[in-house]
Amino acid sequence: MYGTGLAKGLRLTLRHFVESYIDDLRYGFRKYHHSTDNFGIRQGTQTKGVITVQYPDEKVAVPERFRFVPFLIVEDEDHPTRAGKDWCTSCGICAKVCPPQCIWIVRGNDPDTGRPVPEPEGFFIDIDICMNCGYCAEYCPFDAIKMDHDYELASYDRTSHHIHDKEKLSKPNSYWRSIAPTRAYDEMLVRGTWEHKDAAKEARRGSASSRASAPRPAAQQAAPAPVATALAAESESATAPAASAPAEGATPWNEDEAKREERRRKALERKAKRAARGG
Amino acid sequence: MENLAAAEQSVAKLSIEDSIEYLKSNHSQAIKLDDRDGYQGVIVDSDQLLDIARVIRDQLGFDYLSSATAVDYLGEGDHMEMVYHAYRSSGGGALVFKAQTDRDAAEIPSLVSVWRGADFQEREAWDLYGIRFPGHPNLARILMWEGFEGHPMRKDWREAYYEEERKPFDSRWPGGHVHRAEEKNVFGKNVSYPPDIDLNRLMDNSEEAVYSSLGLGVDVERIMDKDGFETNELVVNMGPHHPSTHGVFRMVLTVDGETVTSLEPVMGYLHRNHEKIGERNTYLHNIPFTDRLDYISSMGNNHGYVLAVEQLMSLGRKYNPPTYRCEALRVMMVELSRIVNHLWAIGFWLNDIGAFFTPVLYFIQERERILDFFEAVAGSRMMCNYMRFGGLFGDLPERIKSVSNLTNDRVRDYNTMQFLTEMINERIPRTIDELEILLTQNEILIERSMGVGILSAEDAINFSAAGPLLRGSGVAYDIRRADPYSIYPELDFDVAVEAEGDMYARYRVRVTELRESVRILKQILPRLEATAGESIWADGKPGAYAPRVPHGESYGRVENGKGELGYYIVSAGGRGGSSNPWRYHVRAPSFINLTPLGHMSKGYKVADIVGILGSIDIVLGETDR
Ligand code: SF4
Ligand code: SF4
Repeated sequence: MYGTGLAKGLRLTLRHFVESYIDDLRYGFRKYHHSTDNFGIRQGTQTKGVITVQYPDEKVAVPERFRFVPFLIVEDEDHPTRAGKDWCTSCGICAKVCPPQCIWIVRGNDPDTGRPVPEPEGFFIDIDICMNCGYCAEYCPFDAIKMDHDYELASYDRTSHHIHDKEKLSKPNSYWRSIAPTRAYDEMLVRGTWEHKDAAKEARRGSASSRASAPRPAAQQAAPAPVATALAAESESATAPAASAPAEGATPWNEDEAKREERRRKALERKAKRAARGG
Repeated sequence: MENLAAAEQSVAKLSIEDSIEYLKSNHSQAIKLDDRDGYQGVIVDSDQLLDIARVIRDQLGFDYLSSATAVDYLGEGDHMEMVYHAYRSSGGGALVFKAQTDRDAAEIPSLVSVWRGADFQEREAWDLYGIRFPGHPNLARILMWEGFEGHPMRKDWREAYYEEERKPFDSRWPGGHVHRAEEKNVFGKNVSYPPDIDLNRLMDNSEEAVYSSLGLGVDVERIMDKDGFETNELVVNMGPHHPSTHGVFRMVLTVDGETVTSLEPVMGYLHRNHEKIGERNTYLHNIPFTDRLDYISSMGNNHGYVLAVEQLMSLGRKYNPPTYRCEALRVMMVELSRIVNHLWAIGFWLNDIGAFFTPVLYFIQERERILDFFEAVAGSRMMCNYMRFGGLFGDLPERIKSVSNLTNDRVRDYNTMQFLTEMINERIPRTIDELEILLTQNEILIERSMGVGILSAEDAINFSAAGPLLRGSGVAYDIRRADPYSIYPELDFDVAVEAEGDMYARYRVRVTELRESVRILKQILPRLEATAGESIWADGKPGAYAPRVPHGESYGRVENGKGELGYYIVSAGGRGGSSNPWRYHVRAPSFINLTPLGHMSKGYKVADIVGILGSIDIVLGETDR
């Protein structure tokens, strides 16, 4: 009969309309109270009806892998030997993999010897250009740069606030562990320590190791077997992966003078060739 | 006579190699094999290109011209080249043929008379490369604006913000000379004009200026002629700022009364020269940029691109194909984004034809869940940047949300596999059911969309239409079946096809594809369970950040939500290959599917135009690139 299709559709709309009130009645409009439990009711998988999030009063928490403008990790303030030190060694890999090229790094030099030191003098990220791709965090061999979860970066003046410098970028290691506990834990397993790789090396050389024996974060305890083996393997893994430093550009300050000279000559040659071809 | 017909029949079934053999033996003076390292197909003498193209289409049966694009080989042979990929609409691989020309007076005969689908693509090649196409009906700029000087994709053309030929730029490390991009921009206080320039000319708002760029079909002068003013024929300008054009897109219609007599699409408002950026980039840099093409289905964009680069990498010695788990994950992500895409397309198409926002919001509700999942796995809802060469960004996380996470969201913390299973088995099918209850039998929708915007099967093929637009016209061509990739051959699904060729048929195709995608996803779930624990990388560790890609060319194509998405990539730079693509071309379905828009719209009412455009399903990020 003509019109039945229409009627069926309208019945569905009506059902949706009614459903958006049923929950309200069931929870006596408590649903809209800005408290944890009510938010959960509205955002659960089985919720029907209105699911609007009342931003900014309420916020949907982001998953661990969520990526927004990156930050740099520095050692926690209560660290015995390296408090406040950068994890970044200014190897430059993040600046190379950055697709829109919005990372600028000034490699530090030792004022006495003139040699590069493994801590950046300047580190800038233009957040207007950053496309939040996450490559810098993905390819950093020292776990020194991570994607943040803080997405509220609006400011009144874009011309002076949107290039983040080292001071603004730096956040303590404990912050990373708080926003992404399971990932931080997995990285710790690979690195062999909760601290920077170098700290582990120093520790092995001399004083007592501060390798943590913290339990795996609760979210991942669902998979006990692999974790247990991983934990057991932790003591070995402390040495193995740390030793396999990435081949290119990772540790230029460890090279001797002749080798560095050689590298520089080659780089200049490459550049000249490139310039010749680029015309 | 019959013998001849029979012979033609058999020629039309020849394999690619035999077809090339056939061409070589019958047209030896015009054809030569492309024997450059890693290249395929034949090079056709430009003078005889038209004849050979007819042979390829009519005798050999390659009736579907998928892609036509230009390459500038400055410093690598110093010539320009047009590259054509022709397929058979019955399925199979590509016959690649090329025509070369001088850089300075670049000229190649137009193929529009053979494949009308070449129309916009040749205009693009003229616009960006400065190749002339004698015989083209309307060789005007298409992406850049009139009065733009130069042809930006040429290798010796440099943008105002030019820094270096290739990334990574030297100024970033270790010197770190930071500056704001805006300070080096060409606008604002950085612009200086020569004293004799008349700025008013740039702000010309007269009728002539508004329509001067249009060639074909719109005879503004006649219609606007003050003396013999005709009342029943009008030029109507829709867009670029118009809610129903899904972005900044402009259509210039000539109407007789309320009936459209011609339609001219005008695009390029969102053009950013994606391909030039792509050639400055390294191979890896391009993946997040592909997200920004068709931003509704970024997973599919990633997939096409990594397939193209993996094809090239496989020419080299050290190459590990992705593992089975990786392929299964890729297919799952792509199918989920197809669902997102079709829900979005149907929803907004309904907006266009008058069902304002009720249906689309029901669909978006489900889309949100899928995006939640993408966010948990890839880190971002829309700009997923998930696939890598030979692998992925990461395996599935164990849980969708972390317990530690901030304040108020404990309820959304699910086991990933549970969440997926529930989504695929219950929620998505439920939403599709609702969609069908709401729409399929709806009399208003049927009357509004049946018999409107008809595109015949022959036209659809000849115009290089792709995706639901092609299949809605009765051509059962789906790349997942016609030219399979990844693990699609072992998956059980049907190609959606409807014969009518109108808006309603396209809607039906999309609904069927939604159901088929769910069917595929249901087959993926057990595969994921079976491969749990397997690495997504063949050698167990992530790929390098600066892979070198061997010398050669490749064309990676996938069936994306909007149609065939292809990437044509050339890697130059000697035997060792290169770390940056020499040519990076995107065959954008949203762009090429607009070629038949004018043809499809003729004879319908103005109010139907937005519906017809909506039924093609375009996204301007991809159209304009
Ligand atoms: S890749 Fe890591 S260590 Fe290297 S410069 Fe970047 S942040 Fe520093
Ligand atoms: S997230 Fe991507 S764009 Fe942003 S700084 Fe890192 S690499 Fe660059």
